[in-house]
Amino acid sequence: MSLQKKKTPMKEQKAEKRIRNFDEVPFGYTKEEALVEADRCLQCKHKPCVEGCPVGVPIPQFIQALKNGNPEEANQIIKSKNNLPAICGRVCPQEEQCEAKCVMGIKNEAVAIGRLERYVADYNLEKETAESSKSELEKLKIAELTDKKVAVIGSGPASLAAAADLAKSGLKVTIFEALHKTGGVLRYGIPEFRLPKTIVEQEVESIKKLGVEIKLNVVVGKSITIEELFEQNYKSIFIGVGAGLPRFLNIPGENLNGVYSANEFLTRVNLMKAFKYPEYKTPVAVGNKVAIVGAGNVAMDAARTAKRLGAEDVYVVYRRSEEQMPARSEEIHHAQEEGIEFKLLNNPIAIKGEKGKVKAMECQKMELGEKDNSGRRRPLPIKNSNWDLELDTVIIAIGQNPNPLLTANTKDLETKSWGGIKVDSGQKTSREGVYAGGDIVTGGATVIQAMGAGKKAAQNIKNYLLEKSKK
Amino acid sequence: MYEILAKEVLAPTIKKLKVKAPLIAKKTKAGNFIILRVDEKGERIPLTVADYERKTGIITIIFQEVGYSTKLLGRMEPGDKIQDIVGPLGHHIDLEGYQKVVLLGGGSGTALLYPKVRAFYEQGAEVISITGARTKNLVILEEELESFSDRVFIATDDGSYGHKGYVTDILKDLLIQEKDIDLVVAIGPVPMMKAVSDLTAEYEIETIVSLNTIMVDGTGMCGACRVTVGGERKFTCVDGPAFDAHQVDFEELINRLNFYQNEENLVHSQAVEEDN
Ligand SMILES: Cc1cc2nc3c(=O)[nH]c(=O)nc-3n(C[C@H](O)[C@H](O)[C@H](O)COP(=O)(O)OP(=O)(O)OC[C@H]3O[C@@H](n4cnc5c(N)ncnc54)[C@H](O)[C@@H]3O)c2cc1C
Ligand SMILES: Cc1cc2nc3c(=O)[nH]c(=O)nc-3n(C[C@H](O)[C@H](O)[C@H](O)COP(=O)(O)OP(=O)(O)OC[C@H]3O[C@@H](n4cnc5c(N)ncnc54)[C@H](O)[C@@H]3O)c2cc1C
Ligand code: SF4
Ligand code: SF4
Ligand code: FES
Ligand SMILES: [Mg+2]
Repeated sequence: MSLQKKKTPMKEQKAEKRIRNFDEVPFGYTKEEALVEADRCLQCKHKPCVEGCPVGVPIPQFIQALKNGNPEEANQIIKSKNNLPAICGRVCPQEEQCEAKCVMGIKNEAVAIGRLERYVADYNLEKETAESSKSELEKLKIAELTDKKVAVIGSGPASLAAAADLAKSGLKVTIFEALHKTGGVLRYGIPEFRLPKTIVEQEVESIKKLGVEIKLNVVVGKSITIEELFEQNYKSIFIGVGAGLPRFLNIPGENLNGVYSANEFLTRVNLMKAFKYPEYKTPVAVGNKVAIVGAGNVAMDAARTAKRLGAEDVYVVYRRSEEQMPARSEEIHHAQEEGIEFKLLNNPIAIKGEKGKVKAMECQKMELGEKDNSGRRRPLPIKNSNWDLELDTVIIAIGQNPNPLLTANTKDLETKSWGGIKVDSGQKTSREGVYAGGDIVTGGATVIQAMGAGKKAAQNIKNYLLEKSKK
Repeated sequence: MYEILAKEVLAPTIKKLKVKAPLIAKKTKAGNFIILRVDEKGERIPLTVADYERKTGIITIIFQEVGYSTKLLGRMEPGDKIQDIVGPLGHHIDLEGYQKVVLLGGGSGTALLYPKVRAFYEQGAEVISITGARTKNLVILEEELESFSDRVFIATDDGSYGHKGYVTDILKDLLIQEKDIDLVVAIGPVPMMKAVSDLTAEYEIETIVSLNTIMVDGTGMCGACRVTVGGERKFTCVDGPAFDAHQVDFEELINRLNFYQNEENLVHSQAVEEDN
């Protein structure tokens, strides 16, 4: 049998139907599809794919276990490195990570590692019992660490990964989360149709089963300080508070009613479930004509959400060109299928209002000039090209800065000029016993990079505590 | 979950609840607020911590029923539990260095004012409190203000109690007669804060207002609470809620408070139906 050249397709909801609901778009592989795809893996000895994964998931091994008809074992293999496979299988930019390095990708399409990971994780999410892993866990405990307290701040992917690894060694881990729900961006940012919140809940449950305690509604720096955590006998602290501070364009009209930061818009819809308004009581107002400024993953999420909330015309306004859009190509493709219109090479100049509400956005047309330092062709304004796009709503999705709430309220925690926490190569901050990782260190990045940082920090926290216990 | 320990009806639509929230009670200072969610389907609404007892871990909130969420909260009774409370949020206000302070509260704004009255008084400043309401039975916390102020003035729109007219009338007289006032603090409906601000600007007296913007997270993450102060964008939840009144763009604030009026009316009418 000759090798199938293309990835086994994953069935998904039709665009006409899915723009009317918030259900997940791709259905995931069936058992048969997963096995066909698993067969495409060449089981390369040098495993280049693993190098592409920030947490080093043993990819050929888990695919082999799957081929052998042993999805439980495949799951354990993945979970030895990645505690949130159902999430990563869905939202990892695999095309830039594991799949980018896959040998199959040289001549044909890469093995669909992400889809297989998702299949394995989903299969086991339904099956998983606390019992099955207990004996395994006992083996991972480190006597010198058992029952020492460690605090983890934030409950995004960096923190969840750190907490899981710390708890596995027998440490007593408490997560402190500012919001009323766990997950960070997984909960408030990434929409239901890309990452169902039941999946986030199940993954968090499996971390709780490792003995991690979660305290919600605690803003560290306000409700309790780092000093007080140390006083309460926490021996080490991991900070994973993310990059949650929304950027604005700084153009006229940004405070008109109808202008949202993507964070506000997505938080209302995802965390607060405004898509079920008025059953859930948090309102969101989207109107009929919506523009999203920016072209990253956040912008695609906001655009597709606006469509699902009933907006007729949804535009993505971006000052560069198609090739330069930072969003995953899969998401751009999904957005296009759903009828999102791309107004590329257009730069917003002002938002115009009437009676305090958004009426239009003035845009200036751009053209591509010479390459700049980053190797991208720089967009240049075209004179006298301004035009008005009629709108009810504008959503600004041009990135986030680190939220200064914790750093501003914590002594001796060094930050970089743009606000990120300074760490060494082992995720250690300028304060003894305090480690940090994820978006608060790197600025907006990816789920799996945040998890990688959390895991690295966990390892170094363990080393630090072991070192201390010897003294 | 946060248990309600006591309830008091201060005026027909103004309620006071004592709630067990030890972590918050331990940390709160005058000017801080909390954000709560009444139940699993609830929205996040900010309320000032009107009082706190560090030892017992109890906080007091006082609120006016203006829409769905505050009405729902107003229906809760001792023994009931509030789903989520987070805090203390925002900056507390800096009390150092003021000798004579006038504090004005309008409507339920008086509840927000009270912890500041008390804090200034305990700090040793001369405290003049002015509270105003539409009519007599909406005047709240008179006794509390009396205990922590050197002088208390009351104004009602209809003259049913105290001075007939606005709190700003009383303030104006004070500003004319007493030259040594070094700070004015105003909390209440935005038009009232704006009127106070305009007045004190004439007399060049430092004035602080506490802004009641729409909020979601309260941690600087969403930007819903943005206001323009001195031409710059500020997030009320983390940069405020108190700001230099003379720098605030009140027109913009008033407009932004109406962002969700249509949606709010919808759930509000739902609540009214449930009542009937
Ligand atoms: C809309 C959107 C879509 C995205 N899509 C993708 C995608 O498809 N694939 C991908 O790989 N990446 C995606 N990303 C990026 C990815 O989600 C982030 O890089 C990742 O979540 C960062 O993880 P983190 O743990 O560092 O922080 P976060 O996920 O930001 O979590 C931080 C947590 O800390 C809490 N916190 C903050 N301050 C405090 C405090 N003082 N005390 C207590 N808790 C606090 C916050 O409430 C939050 O829950 C997306 C991001 C957004 C916004
Ligand atoms: C820092 C701060 C402290 C406050 N302290 C108090 C207090 O101690 N006592 C008190 O009575 N009120 C206080 N408020 C105002 C209170 O939060 C609102 O009255 C309440 O949220 C209204 O909700 P609702 O559903 O009952 O009314 P709705 O009908 O939904 O709204 C009525 C009006 O309240 C405002 N509002 C709506 N949703 C929100 C929201 N999520 N956040 C803020 N404002 C909103 C809008 O202007 C709206 O038009 C405070 C506000 C802020 C920002
Ligand atoms: S975690 Fe992400 S990068 Fe790693 S193997 Fe899975 S999908 Fe690929
Ligand atoms: S590189 Fe591709 S084909 Fe080779 S082992 Fe990894 S997934 Fe399989
Ligand atoms: S309430 Fe979200 S930033 Fe202030
Ligand atoms: Mg409301």
